[in-house]
Amino acid sequence: MAIETLVLGAGQEVGKSCVVVNINGKRIMFDCGMHMGVSDHRRYPNFSLISPTGDFDTALSCIIITHLYCINTLFLRFHYFLIIKISHSLILYSYIFFFGIICDSHLDHLGALVYFTEVCGFHGPIYMTYPTKALAPLMLEDYRKVLVERRGEEEQFNSDHIAECMKKVIAVDLRQTIQVDKDLQIRAYYAGHFTLFEYLTLILKVLGAAMFHAKVGDSEMVYTGDYNMTPDRHLGAAQIDRLRLDLLITESTYGTTIRDSKYAREREFLDAVHKCVSAGGKVLIPTFGLGRAQELCILMDDYWERMNLKVPIYFSAGLTKQANVYYKMLINWTSQKIKDSYPTNNAFDFKNVCKYERSVLDTPGPCVLFASPGMISGGLSLEVFKRWAPFENTLVALPGYCLPGTVGHVLMSKPPKIELDPNTKIDVRCQVHQLAFSPHTDSKGIMDLIKFLSPKHVILVHGEKPKMVSLKEKIHSEMGIPCYHPANNETVSVPSTVYVKAQASDAFMERCLKPNFKLHKCSSQELSIKTLTDKNIVPELQVINEKAVFIVEDKSKKLKVVHNDEVLVMLGEKKTED
Amino acid sequence: MLHSLFSILELYSASTLSSSFITLLLMMIRRTPLLSSSEKITLLYLHHRSELHSQAKKKWNVSSLLSLSQARETFGKKTANVIPARFLGGKCDFATCLSKGRGSHFPPCHILNLGGIKILLDCPLDLSALTPFSPVTTAFYALPSLEEDKVDANNDVGSMAVPAKRQKIENQPENKTLIFAEPWYKTVMNLHLWNPSFIDVVLISSPMGILGLPFLTQMKGFSAKIYATEVSARLGELVMRDLVSMHKELKQFYGPTETDFPVWLRQEEVEKIPSVLREIILGKDGTELGGLRPLYSEADVNDCVLKIQKLKYAEEVCYNGILVIKAFSSGVEMGSCNWILDSPKGDVGYLSNSSFISSQVAAFDYQSLQGTDALIYSDFSTLNSTEDVEDEENESVQLADKLLMSSHGLVGLYHNAKEDSEEMEKLAFICSCAIESIKGGGSVFIPINQFGIFLQLLEEVSKAIDASAMKVPIYIISSVAEDLLAYLNIVPEWLSRQRQERLFDGEPLFDHVKLLEDKKIHVLPNIHSEKFWMHSREPCIVFCSHWSLRLGPVVHLLQRWHKDPKSLLILEGGVNPQLALLPFKPMAMKVLRCHFQPGIGLHRVRPLLETLQPKTLLFPEEFRSHISFPSEKFCSVLYYAEGETSKVSCKDGSELKIPATLASNFYWNAFKEQEINLARLNGELIIENARYHLLLDNTEKNSNGRTNSVSFRKPELEKLLATFSNFGINASVEHQKMNSESQIQCVIHTADPYKAVIEIGTSSVVITTAGENVASHLYKALDSVLKGN
Repeated sequence: MAIETLVLGAGQEVGKSCVVVNINGKRIMFDCGMHMGVSDHRRYPNFSLISPTGDFDTALSCIIITHLYCINTLFLRFHYFLIIKISHSLILYSYIFFFGIICDSHLDHLGALVYFTEVCGFHGPIYMTYPTKALAPLMLEDYRKVLVERRGEEEQFNSDHIAECMKKVIAVDLRQTIQVDKDLQIRAYYAGHFTLFEYLTLILKVLGAAMFHAKVGDSEMVYTGDYNMTPDRHLGAAQIDRLRLDLLITESTYGTTIRDSKYAREREFLDAVHKCVSAGGKVLIPTFGLGRAQELCILMDDYWERMNLKVPIYFSAGLTKQANVYYKMLINWTSQKIKDSYPTNNAFDFKNVCKYERSVLDTPGPCVLFASPGMISGGLSLEVFKRWAPFENTLVALPGYCLPGTVGHVLMSKPPKIELDPNTKIDVRCQVHQLAFSPHTDSKGIMDLIKFLSPKHVILVHGEKPKMVSLKEKIHSEMGIPCYHPANNETVSVPSTVYVKAQASDAFMERCLKPNFKLHKCSSQELSIKTLTDKNIVPELQVINEKAVFIVEDKSKKLKVVHNDEVLVMLGEKKTED
Repeated sequence: MLHSLFSILELYSASTLSSSFITLLLMMIRRTPLLSSSEKITLLYLHHRSELHSQAKKKWNVSSLLSLSQARETFGKKTANVIPARFLGGKCDFATCLSKGRGSHFPPCHILNLGGIKILLDCPLDLSALTPFSPVTTAFYALPSLEEDKVDANNDVGSMAVPAKRQKIENQPENKTLIFAEPWYKTVMNLHLWNPSFIDVVLISSPMGILGLPFLTQMKGFSAKIYATEVSARLGELVMRDLVSMHKELKQFYGPTETDFPVWLRQEEVEKIPSVLREIILGKDGTELGGLRPLYSEADVNDCVLKIQKLKYAEEVCYNGILVIKAFSSGVEMGSCNWILDSPKGDVGYLSNSSFISSQVAAFDYQSLQGTDALIYSDFSTLNSTEDVEDEENESVQLADKLLMSSHGLVGLYHNAKEDSEEMEKLAFICSCAIESIKGGGSVFIPINQFGIFLQLLEEVSKAIDASAMKVPIYIISSVAEDLLAYLNIVPEWLSRQRQERLFDGEPLFDHVKLLEDKKIHVLPNIHSEKFWMHSREPCIVFCSHWSLRLGPVVHLLQRWHKDPKSLLILEGGVNPQLALLPFKPMAMKVLRCHFQPGIGLHRVRPLLETLQPKTLLFPEEFRSHISFPSEKFCSVLYYAEGETSKVSCKDGSELKIPATLASNFYWNAFKEQEINLARLNGELIIENARYHLLLDNTEKNSNGRTNSVSFRKPELEKLLATFSNFGINASVEHQKMNSESQIQCVIHTADPYKAVIEIGTSSVVITTAGENVASHLYKALDSVLKGN
């Protein structure tokens, strides 16, 4: 039997994440993202490959949305390990994303969902975690507005579509086992993660990364999202160690970079901000309403508290206030630290953060302003930038990656002038600080995970082709695991494990549990050969439990595992004939 | 310890023992965790047989010792039996009902023995046993008069300074009969017959089922793994903390105790307790004395909570690889659950108190309990509530009658709007009563321990107040109220669909968040807080925890309002109001009794069980007269009673999973006459998630070239040698003799083309060669001989 993986999006590219896995007739779609870089039909995955007739209800068992953002959300990190168990095969779909990639790319995983369910017509179940379900409509609506109102594009779906789509969504809790139908079951897990909260406590872990586990009959598969093996090994590891994976599907963005210390980068960032405000300057932090903004806000609020700073912090992002309501209710999805301090000290009641008003722009004196959108691609952040950029004591702190073509990207090269359009030129005298973004999983992380899980096959998606190729080579040479990196619309087929069921007799079980040990001594010569070949250390003395055990197949083709004595009884008649 | 106890008993068996000495002995026996339960019983039994029996019986009301020795018959043997079979998978499963509980505060308690693994289901406290104790206020006023009467010179409280407010008690004679001492708490008596170190797993099904757990976790030798849902554990922790802090007040009042053994437990003091109250605390025949314990400390609570492994609904956890444990929503309280226990021998379901009507919490997930091998039905709420209805007839309390258990019309199994609306009507009625009382200038007092109902009432009452355009403050007084309210707003995953919609709409889950912001409700940690006395305006509405009306703020507020005919007390059903309100007599306050405890409902039990289709059903004896099961629909029904063990035989054999890659390498031997095929297994047996797996054995243990292949027919030597030469093998027989020890009949050596030794025994042939290929070659030759026959 085989597991077929059809890559509809994010094959040898970044964005438009969409993978359809077919095991034993159960087809599951992971993510349903859209590509932001293109505006024609290529924006959406080629759904016709799932079902040429457009009958998606029979073609797909369910859709699982693994995460909402790729921007670095504070803790609502909706990236999961997803284990799918179908018949006897285990697949791990691992998805790692780094934050701040493109402003619009928070719809990488979700963007095409509304289009697929409402326009193409899919009526089956869709699974997301609670935070994803709560925040998805916000993001979708926000994005729809961007598309229609700012870009002036034709509306692909409307607000009603979003509401209708969300009705089909079934929210799942972490570690909850959901029975999709008789055969298929899914489960989401923590995968262990941490973010810049390390800065606050140095030991703190922010959790929220999860994995999904799905099961059809006996086969299991894991879809992993953002994971981090090193800092939180016990959590993530504890959940996946018992899996026997046939396939691991993993994201490979930044597969070749190595992470540096986050703590140092954050301190650098805060120092830069502090230096600027103490010199009476203004700080502009272009960011998005959700995720990264809250993260920085907590970071700065804490810093302000400790340093006893009185400089006001303003927050302009409209989404933020609304989002904070969700954040408060979903605090269980946050780190233990935030959870424990909840009733007395809610991390989201920022003490030093004030509400933004327009008058702030021209008020003299130092201040910090969070303005959306990030990358200074338009809106308030661009407006503020135009005003403040000509002053030398202003600091523009870019908290994330900036796409080529945006002001943010140009700013990174620190030019003296920026030409917005032929008529507008801005003198840039301000300082620029970029908070280096960390790819969530570097090659070490991916390698660690693969080493830990030792799956039979690995498929790489969502990454730049050259990096994928080098990672693939590395996996193949270092671990000897077959590795694939299919392009879009390609299918990879790998064999799956199949189990035969047998009935074990009580006598057999009893004998097995009361072992009859034998000591077996390896000669030192043998030992050295084995150690060389297996890499496993073979103890010189081994305990071996030898028993006469048989498997019996009777006329109805039923298998029975029995003990020696029982076999003799079964064959008793024959014996007497002799 | 044990020996000294024995010697003491022997020494004194002939002489007369003072009752206090017997008491001391009993105390020592009970306090000795080192003794296993059977030993304890033996001790008690010994005591029983002594000449003192009649004296003890008279003085101590210990006729019950007989029943304890019977208990030994019931439990002792099984305790002894379990150990050798532990984890090896016995032929039977055992289920013992330790207590069928009483109401929502005291859930049932069972012990299961699944293939050698002992599982304790819930560990509650019987809070109704607090009733015979005097609340602190009454004690405060009543004690001086007791002292005057010289009833109790030894009482520790005697030295306390007491203000002269004595007139209050003179006309309440019954008040005096309450126990004026630091209360002890009643655990499940039958649980103490089990050695705690033999319990492997503890499952907590509801927040109230956790209250007795610190007693267990602090016992020496206790090492069981404890599982509870996240919310049960958290709410349970809050309730325990509340209990400990409420108890502190009484502790401070009575001062430190001089001895471990309280004065009120002395024979002569116990006799003074009226029989009704004595029965509550000591049980019908006085046996339950052994279950009494002084309260645990806060440190014990912390210690206990740390030991709990927290689960989500429908999460699979695996105990020792052999037992998969899953919790499913029971729809009664936040975090309350039913259990599925899956072992290689089959699965067992535990149906605790459940409800189809759940407007607040996640719906009763009965589908997940379908098709189990055995199902333990343990929802006693229906029975309790019918009993309550009978009790009610004797009650002088008028108002409540029409609220009690309104509908019994047979409706479908599934969620039913009618009952839902009746539930709402009940709440609406309470609200209207509350509003009426407030309009009349009286306060409303609602002591309640059920979180779901509490939140619902809070919302409804505040809505009703808003509707009536009055400005009435609502107080919530509890040491843990702040934590509780904050916590309840962050558990959307555990709530009903309707509540979850609020999350997705971006609203707080419960109204209290907004009410707190608007300062319409006030949360106070205790009654003594300045804020309350400074700002409390009457009429007002006060919520606080129930505690059988004996602990905490409820006592003070009742003391304050019991004489006010305008005020209204809303009392949860399930408690005996006569006794509960005893310290506050005469009651001028209006009392509204409501039955809040939801259950499956008698009329739904049968359809539910028909849907669940367990192969074996364990059903309470008490229900036998209420519900009958047609035999054609159920495989088997076993009735159980408190303190009895039911035996469920489980299926023979377990499932073993073999990977197809391994299975395809089997070398099958066909036996045509028996119509079976036979193959030898070689692999690694592991147990994972309650299933056995046979995996490919990677260790090359046959590196010495010794291969075992066993056949079932004795080969004829001549034929074998002939066949060998046909195969081109040069073989010679070394010796041919009967060796009784090794059962080797002859040994054949082959030299050309391979070197091998073939030992032919009475029931086996062993080929020893240098390589596997050689062995298989020889085996084929041997096989052809055997088949050629």
